[in-house]
Amino acid sequence: MNLEEYAAKRSVLQPAGIPTPRGTICKTPEEAAAAVRNIGPSVVKAQVPAGKRGKSGGIKMADKPEEGAAAVRQIVGMTIGGSRVEQVLVEERCPIERELYAAVLTDVTSRSPLILFSTEGGMDIEEVAEKKPAAIRRHIVDIDRGFGAADAATLLKGLDLGAASAAVADILVKLYKAFSENDAELVEINPLAVLKDGRVIALDCKFVLDDASAVRKPDLAKVAAPPQMTALEKRGADVGLKFIQLDGNVGVLANGAGLTMTTMDVIDHFGGKPANFLEIGGEAYTKSEIALDLVLSNPGVKSLVINFCGAFARTDVMAEGVVKAWEKLNPAVPVFFSIHGTGEKEAVKLVKERLGIEPYDLMEDAVKAAIEAAK
Amino acid sequence: MIYRRGQKVLVQGITGKQGTFWAEKMMECGTEVVGGVNPKRAGEKHLGVPVYGTAVEAAKQRPCDMSVIFIPPLMAKDAIIDAIDAGIKTIVVLTEHIPSHDVLQIFARLRNSESRIVGPNTAGIVTPGEGFVGIMPGHNPSVFMPGRVGVISRSGSLGTLICLNLTRAKLGQSAFIGIGGDPIIGTTTRDALEALDKDDRTDSVVLVGEIGGAMEEEAAEYAKTMKKPVVSFIAGRSSPPGKKMGHAGAIVSGGKGGYGAKRAALEKAGVKVADTPADIATMLKSAY
Repeated sequence: MNLEEYAAKRSVLQPAGIPTPRGTICKTPEEAAAAVRNIGPSVVKAQVPAGKRGKSGGIKMADKPEEGAAAVRQIVGMTIGGSRVEQVLVEERCPIERELYAAVLTDVTSRSPLILFSTEGGMDIEEVAEKKPAAIRRHIVDIDRGFGAADAATLLKGLDLGAASAAVADILVKLYKAFSENDAELVEINPLAVLKDGRVIALDCKFVLDDASAVRKPDLAKVAAPPQMTALEKRGADVGLKFIQLDGNVGVLANGAGLTMTTMDVIDHFGGKPANFLEIGGEAYTKSEIALDLVLSNPGVKSLVINFCGAFARTDVMAEGVVKAWEKLNPAVPVFFSIHGTGEKEAVKLVKERLGIEPYDLMEDAVKAAIEAAK
Repeated sequence: MIYRRGQKVLVQGITGKQGTFWAEKMMECGTEVVGGVNPKRAGEKHLGVPVYGTAVEAAKQRPCDMSVIFIPPLMAKDAIIDAIDAGIKTIVVLTEHIPSHDVLQIFARLRNSESRIVGPNTAGIVTPGEGFVGIMPGHNPSVFMPGRVGVISRSGSLGTLICLNLTRAKLGQSAFIGIGGDPIIGTTTRDALEALDKDDRTDSVVLVGEIGGAMEEEAAEYAKTMKKPVVSFIAGRSSPPGKKMGHAGAIVSGGKGGYGAKRAALEKAGVKVADTPADIATMLKSAY
C-alpha cells in the first residue's frame, strides 16, 4: 500500500520528528490561492502514488495566489502513472543548497532492513546505482541492535556533508525508527535537502506499507492511496479475491497463484490471450461460485478454462461451487475443464453429471480447445 | 528439508480445523506426528497424541526433528520463535501473510540458532512412500509415487500438477520441497537444489520457479556445477509487470524479477526450460 507524499509526510515523517516544509493539501483553485497567500512562494505538487511527477507536468511553481489557483486548474484532473490527480500539495518553496537521498527498506537478500544513503539526491536511486554506484552507502541493520547515532556516523564517514552532517545523521536514525515502528516495506526521502540556511529537510517522501501489516496499522492503511482497480477488480477485492483484469478473451479460473499464472502462460504459449488472473487458492477455494461470476462478468471473455489441481484446495468443493454458479448464471460461454488432485473423482463426476461436460486430462488440451472456441 | 520416515514431527496449531485435518492426513501417510501445541489445550490429547503448551515444553518431553506451523499470520512469529527456542531443526511454516517485520525478527532469531525454516507460505515437503509435512496431497498415489526425481517448487498447486504429470509418466519422486511463495523465505531455490544434488536417492531435479526476485538466477549459478540433469519451468511469463500475482513474492517491478532473465540464466547453466508443464516429463526422459 502506497502513501501519497502528503500522507507520508504527515503520518510518518512528522510524527518521527523529521522536518518537512510547511504545506497544505488543496483540491480547488480557491484553496490553493489562499494557501499561497499564507505560505508565500510555493511549489504546487500533484498527489499521486507515482514517481516522475515533475516530468509529467504535475509540479508547478506559484509565487502569487492566482498562480496557485492556475496550477490547480492545470494539475487536478491530470492522469499521472495511471492515477487521476484529485488534489495537490501546496508547500513553501525552500532554497536548496544540495540534494541528498535517504531510504530504509526490507532487503530480501540479507533478510534484514537496509539503509541507503547517497549524496546524489533528486534522481532515481536506480539511476544512481547504475551511473555512480560508489555514491551509494549501504548499511544492513541487525534488528536486535537497531540503528543509532554511532551507526549513522559510521555510514556517513568521509562524505563531505560539512555542517549538515549532524542533522543528516539524526534524520537517518529517526528514519530507521519510522521504518520499524510503521511496518514499512520502504520509506524514502528523495530529495533530502540541505537548504541555503543550513537546515536539512525532507522535500519529498515515499512510504510503502507492508500489505500483510495493514490489519495492525489501520491508521496508515486508512490514509493509503486506494489501489488502481477496475470495477470488476474492486468487486473481487471486496469479497477477498485477487482478480486482475487483462485484455484477452480466454477467461481463467484456477486454484493457487502458481497454477493460475501457468494457465495464463499456456494460453499465451498456444497463441491465445488470457482475460484475467484470478486466484482461488488457500482458503479462497471455497469461493469458486462468486469467482466464476466475476470471470464471466468480464465483457471480453469468449471462452473459459477451469484448471484445478487440488492439494490443500479440494477440487470437489471448487467444482460444486462452479456447477452451482453455472446453473444459476447459465452463461453462453463455452467452458473447458481440467481437474486433478484432492477430490478429483467426485469433482469430475459432478461436472459430467450436472453440466454434461467431460474434463480434459491435460490442461494443455483444455487450453487449446478454449483458444479455438474463443476465435 | 527432506522428510525421512522416522523423523518426529510436532504440529503447532494441531487442534484447529486445518491443523486437525492435515495432521490426520500426515499420520495416514506414515509421518510420525509425536504431539501438538496449543497453550489453551495443554495436557489434553488430540488425534491420540499429547498437546503441549509450547514447543519448548514439547521438546523437553520428547525429541522433535521438525515442526509444522498451522498458526494465523499475526500469531505466527511467536509460534516460530518458540520452535526455534525449542531447538527444533526444521520448521515448516505454512502461514501466508505474516507481517514482513515479523519475518525480519524471525530471521534475526534464526541466525543464532541451529534451526532452518522452510517457508513461510509453503505447502510443505513430501517424500513419497515415507511421509509428508504440510498441506500437500502426499497421501494421494495419483499425484506422488516413490522414485528418483527431486522437485522444488515455490507454488503448492503448480508443484502438485507437476508431480502428478511425473507420476503419470512413471517418473517417481525422491522428494518434493515446497519453498514458499513469499519474497523472504528461509530455504531458497538454491538451498533446495544443493540438498537434492547431495541426496543420493535423487538422480535428477525439476525446478519450478516463478517471476519475482532473483532466486532462480542464484540457483542457476549452482546448477552450473551439477552433474545431475535439471529441468525447469518458470510461471508468470505472461503476467503483467507491477502486479503481485497472488504470491507476495511474484512481482516484476522496476524491470527486475522478469521471466526472460530467469530463463536465460538457467539455460546458460545448462538447465532445460519447458514451455508448458506437460513438456517436463519428456525433457527429463531425454536428459538421461
